[in-house]
Amino acid sequence: MQLTWPILSVLIWLPILGGVALLVLGDRGIALGRWVALATTAVTFGISTLLYTNFDMATAEMQFVERAAWIPAFNSWYALGVDGIATPLIILTTFITPLVVIAAWTVIEKRPAQYYAAFLILEGLMVGVFAATDALLFYVLWEAMLIPMFIIIGVWGGARRVYATIKFFLYTFLGSVLMLVSLIYMYMKTCDAGQCSYAIADFQELPLALNAQILIFISFMLAFAVKVPMWPVHTWLPDAHVEAPTGGSVILAAIMLKMGGYGFLRFSLPITPDASAELDWLVISLSLIAVVYIGFVALVQQDMKKLIAYSSIAHMGFVTLGSFLAFDLLQVNGDTRGAAMGIDGAMVQMISHGLISGAMFFCVGVLYDRVHSREISSYGGVVNTMPTFAAFAVLFALANSGLPATSGFVGEFLVIIASFRADFWYAFLAAMTLILGAAYTLWLVKRVIFGAVANDDVAALKDLNGREFFVLGVLGVAVLLLGIWPAPLLDVMRPTVEHLVQQITVSKL
Amino acid sequence: MISQSTLLTIVLAPLLAAIVAGLAGRVIGRIGAHSVTIAGVALSCGLSIWVLKMLIDGAPVFNESVYTWLVSDNVRMEVGFLVDKLSALMMVVVTFVSLCVHVYTIGYMHDDPGYQRFFSYISLFTFSMLMLVMSNNFLQLFFGWEAVGVVSYLLIGFWYTRPSAIFANMKAFLVNRVGDFGFILGIAGIVYYTGSLDYATVFGMRDAIAANTMEIVPNLEWQAITVVCICLFIGAMGKSAQVPLHVWLPDSMEGPTPISALIHAATMVTAGIFMVARMSPLFELSETALSTVLIIGATTAFFMGLLGLVNNDIKRVVAYSTLSQLGYMTVALGVSAYAGAIFHLMTHAFFKALLFLAAGSVIIAMHHEQDMRKMGGLKKYLPITYWTSLIGSLALIGFPGTSGFFSKDALIEAVHASHIPGATYAYWCVFLGVFITAFYSFRLVFMTFHGEERFGHAHHDDHAHDSHGHDSHGHGHGDHKPHESPWVVTVPLILLAIPSLFIGWFTIGPVLFGDYFGEAIFVSESRDVLGHIGEEFHGPAGFVVHAMKAAPVYLALLGVLAAWYLYIKRPDLPGKIAEKFSAVYKLLANKFYFDEIYQAVFAKGSRNLGTALWRVGDVAIIDGTAVNGSARVVGWMSGVMRHLQSGYLYHYAFAMIIGLSALLAWYVLR
Repeated sequence: MQLTWPILSVLIWLPILGGVALLVLGDRGIALGRWVALATTAVTFGISTLLYTNFDMATAEMQFVERAAWIPAFNSWYALGVDGIATPLIILTTFITPLVVIAAWTVIEKRPAQYYAAFLILEGLMVGVFAATDALLFYVLWEAMLIPMFIIIGVWGGARRVYATIKFFLYTFLGSVLMLVSLIYMYMKTCDAGQCSYAIADFQELPLALNAQILIFISFMLAFAVKVPMWPVHTWLPDAHVEAPTGGSVILAAIMLKMGGYGFLRFSLPITPDASAELDWLVISLSLIAVVYIGFVALVQQDMKKLIAYSSIAHMGFVTLGSFLAFDLLQVNGDTRGAAMGIDGAMVQMISHGLISGAMFFCVGVLYDRVHSREISSYGGVVNTMPTFAAFAVLFALANSGLPATSGFVGEFLVIIASFRADFWYAFLAAMTLILGAAYTLWLVKRVIFGAVANDDVAALKDLNGREFFVLGVLGVAVLLLGIWPAPLLDVMRPTVEHLVQQITVSKL
Repeated sequence: MISQSTLLTIVLAPLLAAIVAGLAGRVIGRIGAHSVTIAGVALSCGLSIWVLKMLIDGAPVFNESVYTWLVSDNVRMEVGFLVDKLSALMMVVVTFVSLCVHVYTIGYMHDDPGYQRFFSYISLFTFSMLMLVMSNNFLQLFFGWEAVGVVSYLLIGFWYTRPSAIFANMKAFLVNRVGDFGFILGIAGIVYYTGSLDYATVFGMRDAIAANTMEIVPNLEWQAITVVCICLFIGAMGKSAQVPLHVWLPDSMEGPTPISALIHAATMVTAGIFMVARMSPLFELSETALSTVLIIGATTAFFMGLLGLVNNDIKRVVAYSTLSQLGYMTVALGVSAYAGAIFHLMTHAFFKALLFLAAGSVIIAMHHEQDMRKMGGLKKYLPITYWTSLIGSLALIGFPGTSGFFSKDALIEAVHASHIPGATYAYWCVFLGVFITAFYSFRLVFMTFHGEERFGHAHHDDHAHDSHGHDSHGHGHGDHKPHESPWVVTVPLILLAIPSLFIGWFTIGPVLFGDYFGEAIFVSESRDVLGHIGEEFHGPAGFVVHAMKAAPVYLALLGVLAAWYLYIKRPDLPGKIAEKFSAVYKLLANKFYFDEIYQAVFAKGSRNLGTALWRVGDVAIIDGTAVNGSARVVGWMSGVMRHLQSGYLYHYAFAMIIGLSALLAWYVLR
């Protein structure tokens, strides 16, 4: 059932206005400011659930659409709308942000008003990226999103934050400028066809020659692969995570990485299906390298945040693998059975990874706030002094290693099953995650959580406070719920995913 | 009629109890925790027995889904129950042993600060195991499979401050994950060929799998069914600790003894056996897969038994015996005697749980000493433990009339009757294994309960294996005589001793040679070895008489005699033999060096690989050359360009003059 009011605009602008209000209140009004931040993000989350309850699960059409003139000269519109792929990601965004606000409550002492403002504005921009149906609007929001994150790492980050921010910014910015060129090229093409348009839907309909498609595909791939991040353009992520404050890491891992996966599904697959079919081997190989190579690299990390960052890269490999299986399946079997399962798996993996990696970064934050070290060797036997925290840490670690009944299992299971249909070796390499994921995660747990009390810092640890308990508890419930009953998520996505599979089977040549 | 609500109660009662004991442990206290979990498991156990009775009385098989987990690409993935006589038998075994272990734990963990947590874990385990055996689809099977693995992980590492425990639990989980890696590929293959995860649908389409071949390696065609079955069996090898994935089971003895009985002897480790029996319609289609199963099982049965001969840790001897017996069950699967495997699984669950719990009772009495060289002569101090241990050991070695006798003897006969490739090798393995089993079992009995008393020297301080939180036991008691355990410990022993003795007699007819399993187990006619033996079966008494004419019984007695001679009559001999055959002894004492090899190749190898990929791949090549390299190139180029922008007016004027002259020259001269 469609709403009579512009829900997507509210979801974008409410947090941004909240952010502006915080900037106005300033650090002196932070006592009130915190509540403003919490209230804004909580209300935003509350409103976003209406997207789910009012969602029409029978159609692949864009829903809750809005359209207003933006840059008439280019025929570019402020056009918003969501389908089964965007909706879960938006709800993930609005779900995680209040938790970030709560987690920062007493922790951030330096310029707190600006800290919250940055996250609130970032939230609005991220929702906008998922909701934009106009390519130019999408691009502007996509790049704008970098600014708050740049500030978050650059101002509230660790010792090497300048190196990390510059690396993060240049990597992601350079990756996406070529995307703009492609978008402009397609805009010109629509003009040639008689109706100038930046609408993504029009781009999806646009006939394109193979070499044009390949160039467009590569430009998109650069932008999205950096964001995901895929091997070998992943090295910005560990640095950014290590330097970012806890909240920054959480948003980065939980939501910003998903922009890449979303981009592949929204742009690459439907706009350049023939190029994707030509180059699917590239994406699939890079994804499998991510799972195996990065799994081994994660194993030997000595910094907890780096380890989780590498684990993120390995898990995101399932997203890109699942997304591109469709083309391989079509070539190998001549039909698309399994294609929808691969994309389903990719989507579930994105949502699940958002919850689990977010939770794991929160866990590291809890320890870091107390001991001020991210080194694994600074810990040992934390369970003795923080039993409740240890229970959560073990839960999220097991979820990260893909335990059934946690969300971490669902996506990997679907992608492994779907990839068997394409090639035994895809499934073989992807399933390596069962061993590698468990190895690096449980070894981390063994060294940090279990054992006898290792040093005085650990002996002096205090268990979770109510605020931390709430954040981890909410995430824990979400991880278990999604693992025990993922059907509601799949039901939202189904028509959209089926439509997407339909789109990519039709050649544009 | 079996109703869904009954089955849900069976599953959820232990889960709810686990949640209550786990989350509200501090509120409800120790008595609250053990009361609620015991009530939950007792309810499950009672209802399971009732369900089994209904099935025996002719109630139809229950096969329904409970809820839809998800639908993707038209594949419905559901959670549901299949309760036929195979799963009902497993349910009764699981809940009964679990109940005994729950009661026993009250005594064993009496002084442990993690009392409530322990009860929560073992109830959670019961839930997971029930989900596994009652599943009607591969998804839920995999859930139960992994869930029991996790609880096992938590329980092996229960005493989390001990380095050896938290090493052992990680090792157990990771080795199991290697098995699960194969298992999930097998499941993926099944979905590929049948488009379903539901047992009934998959079995109905098994010919469709059999009609396919796959080329995993180019130009090498394999039967799809063989690949699928071997992948599934790799999962079973992990969970049921078959060579070469057996290395985790002996180390799992780091956990408290009650869970060694419940998880690492009676139930979880038999999940692989159960799974293959459940998949019999698939395995029957691939002789290659069955041969693989047979050879792996036979190797485990014989070579792991050998390791029991030289170990001195009472729990580890029982652990190696478990490995060996799991090998026996696997052998039975390999020769298509699925009913025989399940039958041995059942008898073994009772007598092995009994042996472990008895070992635990000894360990309590010895103030947490596990070294048998420091025991001896305990018979008169621990009469109940002694007699129940003896019953368990007799069952284990297959003494005529005990439950283990029926299951093991039938199993050996079945291997003898089989003609599948590898059957001869397997026959010799299980045949000689009888002697080894008898020898190590009675070596344990003699070293622990007979002979001279070698304790009382207060050496438990330096060798406190099971001592966490048991300080009240461990100190100040040094010179006291050992005494029998409290009733919460001995009653479970007695309860388990009864089926260990008698259950074979009453069940061999219907379970092994009758049509007890009906449709639950499928055997193709050409391989029906049990049916072949069954033609000569005329009641349990006749079976005993028949067996008395065959070699295995005498081989077992020979083993007992040898143990008696070496450990009672001439206790100086074993040391001399070990010295004489020191190479063999070292090989056995070091467990064939599996641990060392795995440590060097897999653990160290992957760390080195990880370091190389990280330092060379990420840091040096990608970051060092590509990323920071391009930054340096930009920096260098701007350094060059900077010289052009000096800020001096005359530099720019000079450049303009040159440019102007060049332009003019070009216009004039062209």
